[in-house]
Amino acid sequence: MNQYPLWKNLLILAVILFGLVLALPNLFPQDPAIEVQASEGEVDSATRAEIAATMENAGVPVKAIEKREGGKALIRFESPDAQLRGQATLDRTLEEGYQHALTQSPDLPGWVEALGLQPMFLGLDLRGGIHVLIDVDMDAAVTQALERLTGDVRTLLRNERIRYLTVGHEDGRLEVRFRDASVRDEAAKLIRREFRDLDITTGSQGGDAYLYGSLPPAKQEEIKRFALEQNITTLRNRVNALGVAEPIIQRQGERRIIVQLPGAQDPARLKDLLGATATLEYRLVDTEHAVQDALDGRVPVGAALYYERNGQPILLKRRVIVTGDQITSAAAGFDQQSGSPMVSVSLDGQGARQMRRVTTENVGKPMAVVFIESRTVTRLVDGEPVKERVRSEEVISVANILEPFGRRFQTTGLDSSEEAHNLALLLRAGALAAPIEIVEERTIGPSLGQDNIDQGMRSVLIGLALVVLFMALYYRVFGLVADLVLIVNLVLIVAVLSLLQATLTMPGIAGIVLTVGMAVDANVLIFERIREEIRNGSTPQASIHAGYDKALSTIVDANVTTLIAAIVLFSFGTGPVKGFAVTLFIGILTSMFTAILGSRALINLIYGGRRVKRLAI
Amino acid sequence: MAHAQILKDSHIDFLGKRRIAAIVSGALMVICLLSILLRGFNFGLDFTGGTVIELGYEQPVEVSEITATLAEEGIVDATVQYFGSNRDILIRIAPQEGEAASATISDRVFRVLSADVEGGLELRRVEFVGPQVGEELREQGGLAVLFALIGILVYVALRFEWRFAVGAVAALMHDVLFTIGMFSLFYIPFDLTVLAAVLAVIGYSLNDTIVIFDRIRENFRKMRKGTVIEISNRSVNQTLSRTIITSGTTLLVLLALYVLGGEAIAGFSLALIIGVLVGTYSTIYIATAAAVWLGISRADLLPPEKEGTLVDDRP
Repeated sequence: MNQYPLWKNLLILAVILFGLVLALPNLFPQDPAIEVQASEGEVDSATRAEIAATMENAGVPVKAIEKREGGKALIRFESPDAQLRGQATLDRTLEEGYQHALTQSPDLPGWVEALGLQPMFLGLDLRGGIHVLIDVDMDAAVTQALERLTGDVRTLLRNERIRYLTVGHEDGRLEVRFRDASVRDEAAKLIRREFRDLDITTGSQGGDAYLYGSLPPAKQEEIKRFALEQNITTLRNRVNALGVAEPIIQRQGERRIIVQLPGAQDPARLKDLLGATATLEYRLVDTEHAVQDALDGRVPVGAALYYERNGQPILLKRRVIVTGDQITSAAAGFDQQSGSPMVSVSLDGQGARQMRRVTTENVGKPMAVVFIESRTVTRLVDGEPVKERVRSEEVISVANILEPFGRRFQTTGLDSSEEAHNLALLLRAGALAAPIEIVEERTIGPSLGQDNIDQGMRSVLIGLALVVLFMALYYRVFGLVADLVLIVNLVLIVAVLSLLQATLTMPGIAGIVLTVGMAVDANVLIFERIREEIRNGSTPQASIHAGYDKALSTIVDANVTTLIAAIVLFSFGTGPVKGFAVTLFIGILTSMFTAILGSRALINLIYGGRRVKRLAI
Repeated sequence: MAHAQILKDSHIDFLGKRRIAAIVSGALMVICLLSILLRGFNFGLDFTGGTVIELGYEQPVEVSEITATLAEEGIVDATVQYFGSNRDILIRIAPQEGEAASATISDRVFRVLSADVEGGLELRRVEFVGPQVGEELREQGGLAVLFALIGILVYVALRFEWRFAVGAVAALMHDVLFTIGMFSLFYIPFDLTVLAAVLAVIGYSLNDTIVIFDRIRENFRKMRKGTVIEISNRSVNQTLSRTIITSGTTLLVLLALYVLGGEAIAGFSLALIIGVLVGTYSTIYIATAAAVWLGISRADLLPPEKEGTLVDDRP
């Protein structure tokens, strides 16, 4: 009696061994490291040798420089201090076109790495870093699309010489006013043919004939979806340009984007770059009219009033020569003559043609560069959050056109080389398809992350020790069995977390601690049942059998209900709470396995298949 | 040989005291409800929105100096306090009309303070939650508790019987109300992790309840004699040592977590400690008493259903 068949013992053993192997990578320490990647191509062995030489010259001790997947290189350091000095050295010496980022990397032996095993994925609260949640203003994307359509319709009517009174958009629909209905009907036919996406309706009001165009819901959804995807791409470009190891950029729900940068430490710079929609516009200066007139409120037709950085007002022509959309590449640098920071810009074909035509016609006249920045902020107005777009337009440079130019040229007038860098980065990464706003930020410094790990580990170990001690004293041999399976349970939780690469957060550690407390419950139920059976006069073997048997359905019921709570937590929770739900969920499953099957197997090995007079319980 | 035992075959008349328990619980519930309605919660940043900045100075600093520096920059609604030592500073900025509702306020604070500092200044932690996110999290939190309760109600009703399900859910609501009531009464900060703990309390308390219900069902089938009260009492007594031991081990680790786990999860551990204590009590006095009061009877649980989706291997 009370013997498991061999296959069952082997199966349990196999699961435990498998768990041990999966949990193994967590035993190796994390090296402070720097990841180096090239904007184009890879970091070759020559560059790696160069880095090694530079580090040696600077007196920074390096543990190893390794080749990594995706043409990256990883520099390992002995200490965080060396890592920071290494970063400073790279800042000074690394050429343009390479990015480097602080990271941590486990120092795994070759064979562990060859198996593709990885340690648990630590959340930002444990490793430090920046987390931001971004809200995408989808309605603005639709409005922008409508604005574009309005412009296109106006151009179409003008080109086809159809006489209209006004073209505009209001309340989410396009509105064109005509003097009479026959012209409107002609226009309607034309617009229907040219813009298949628009639902066209007609009407009349106050003697005028109207044409309305609206975007069907399906089309609006498509625009929104596209805006979100486009924004994710743009944000990814921007983040990649920052040079952070293992960034996470993913969609959350209908209109949110999560950006997580492990190890990053400058939230101000990140937020500036993510939220900004900086771009440039090139316009001619209006020299025919007086600035004073515009200041007095009489802005001349075809011109607009701008201000330079020093507050000086200036009149610019309304027509834009080239916008930021037409910029294909941009790089920051210094002007060779003046030494001031600049951005060198390349235009696409159309932009280059326009630029060449305008500059050819206007040699000797001044041209202005407008720096446009906009961001969305939510303000509380009477307690209610209200979204507002803040747009700033500044003229950063005015210069006479010395000779015609086209595809490539420089723009100066930037405040600092950092501003030049940021602008170049934003121009390269592309524009956002819809305005965004940062609605949540959580930044954890690296030292706090380490503190959290230490505190978490300590409470797990001490809590575990207390429970182990109690069980051993109270249930003796059976208690030791429960202790052993409890430890196996911890190993299995770590193994499953490593396998799934689920994020371990501080509340996640709390979940593990809680599981430790609750995991013994199954064994307590069984052992109390066995004691009861013994009291009722059953033989030891029969008591063991009945104890496990009768406790089973209770254990399952009790655990399923906790599973329900964990699932609800997972589906409603965000970030840290999700981490708790995940470990709780995994912990319940593994504890059921270890506490029921694992402990039974051990008890069977100890007592099974022989005459037992008394149980040490 | 005698083994270590907390209780020797107890015969406590738990259900005989169910009226006293009902009065005590009722009074507690009224106090908790009143506190929640009148006093409300000390909602943390997660639910109210706003900004928290934790800074580490190399040299000891004065709170008043920091307040003054911030005030010069027009940041007047910041609460500055020590956090552990006189070199660790915590700054809270409530959401308000104007710029403080945006994510950039923390950057301004850090810039202003680092310009002013002698020695180093480390940015340890920034948490910013926008007003709309805070509102969403509050809503989602309420929904989560609701869905967890419904899910459990359905499961218990399917596995047992509706009277048990109602008893279990009554006990759960009692526990949830008591736990959050304590957070309201003592004005302990209530953040997302506390909400997670409340949901874990639901799971835990139910665990306890199920164990006793299971035993009541078993005893109804096994014991031919005895009133409902007698059988219920017997069941509670039979499972009592298990109840105490499991609550005890869970409390042990929770205490370790509360003492050693650090500020970040102190609220979480506290909520669970309260929850485990009240959960143990409610299992006996609320869940079982409610099921008895609703009139569970032997007939409801017979004939025995087919048991065991998990089949133990019998050699």
